[in-house]
Amino acid sequence: MQQTPLYETHVALKGKIVDFAGWGLPVQYSGVISETKAVRTSMGLFDVSHMGRFWIDGSQANEFLNWIHSNDVANMKYGKAKYGLICNEQGGIIDDAIVYRLNETRHLLVANAANADAIHQWLISWQEKRYKNVSITPAAELPGMIAFQGPNALNTLSELLTSSQIAEMRPFSLVVENFQDQDIYVARTGYTGEDGVELMLGNAAAVSLWNTLIDLGVTPCGLGSRDTLRLEAALPLHGNEITIETTPVEAGLTRFLSYKSEFCGSKHIQNISETGSPTRLIGFATASRGPIPRHDAPIKSSGDIIGKVTSGSYSPTLDRNIGLGYVSATADLSKNSIVVAVRDKEVEIEQVTLPFYSRKER
Amino acid sequence: MAIPQDLKYTEEHEWIRVTGDIATVGITDYAQDQLGDVVYVDLPSPGTSLTQFGKLGEIESVKAVSDIYAPLTGEVVESNTDLNNNPEVVNTDPYEKGWLVKVKIANTQEIDGLLSSESYEKLTS
Repeated sequence: MQQTPLYETHVALKGKIVDFAGWGLPVQYSGVISETKAVRTSMGLFDVSHMGRFWIDGSQANEFLNWIHSNDVANMKYGKAKYGLICNEQGGIIDDAIVYRLNETRHLLVANAANADAIHQWLISWQEKRYKNVSITPAAELPGMIAFQGPNALNTLSELLTSSQIAEMRPFSLVVENFQDQDIYVARTGYTGEDGVELMLGNAAAVSLWNTLIDLGVTPCGLGSRDTLRLEAALPLHGNEITIETTPVEAGLTRFLSYKSEFCGSKHIQNISETGSPTRLIGFATASRGPIPRHDAPIKSSGDIIGKVTSGSYSPTLDRNIGLGYVSATADLSKNSIVVAVRDKEVEIEQVTLPFYSRKER
Repeated sequence: MAIPQDLKYTEEHEWIRVTGDIATVGITDYAQDQLGDVVYVDLPSPGTSLTQFGKLGEIESVKAVSDIYAPLTGEVVESNTDLNNNPEVVNTDPYEKGWLVKVKIANTQEIDGLLSSESYEKLTS
């Protein structure tokens, strides 16, 4: 297993280490429920150093990124970021990624750990085909990435870094800050549905900043609570809601598509938008506590299978079992009762509006 | 991890407390810690016949589902219905309020084959 700069720190803090996409990372410290609640009510720290980070540089960087990324990233102001999809020619989702723009010719692309190699190859293949004046470099000088999330995260970091930049940051923006004489990249982004930042930094700074925040009482969190938090916020997970087989249309992600300029897969995706996709993503909650409908469990109505669960969990914030899944676009969920087959039981579910949880604006 | 001396244990991390011809069954402190936050327990109804080391039920944490095995052969006389609404008691009090089922013991010799607290401690250390 590969180790992040924070591996020894997790072991010292008694995090339960698991293999995730080839990385040794904590699935939990104190427990998924208490960690989820800490992020919703105060703040929590996640090691996300396993995520793929690439510098995209050069005079063609703008047009290159606008081709491989579904959102309009070419015209962002410096220090801004956008979320979107990276699709193949058929509109299948290779990964979701955030692109940060630093200046005219320099961008940072952050992709999922499990897809980092595939994305690297995909970027290189297009660079070789069409965009000779682009260089793609793994951000090796920023081996650490920490998500610091929760309603108190921004203020806490602002006080720690004694800088006015953090407090004034807008969502989806990036600033370069100084911590112990080292540059750290601070982005107001995250994957929890809560306010907060993601920090990209060097080895020593990562360990030092992590320990400083833990000493201030911030709750260390593992992959388990990261998953419950993102599910409560109905943020898609690649491999579950979005895969190479799904397009942004059925995944309900068309707001992250910009047709201002053509992007890879956009023609197919536009066609599907017009003709309609055969399935659609829904959110559901179970009628009562009981077994959790999880990934791949069949969704049924009147005895017929009408879809499949993509993610399911107990929600600590809502104190009920929630999930996402694809159902046939023609299925009428209001007329008949719907159930999920969980092992030898049928669990009654009801469709609920997404997201399951959204934070109150402060 | 707590391992009470007056109980018997299985290699699958269940415990039993014998009172007369009834064995109360639960999962150990070690097991609940490994599972993490328990959110659902599926237990057999009274009257169900159990076979030693056969499946007794299921226990589900936020992250995963695990089978629970019967430490002894016998008939279920009571299951802990409090766990339907408060499954987290398995985490907070695994040896008392977090018990799972009570079983009428069919064969007392099976008890001798279970692990002592010392043996179980070795298994989990």
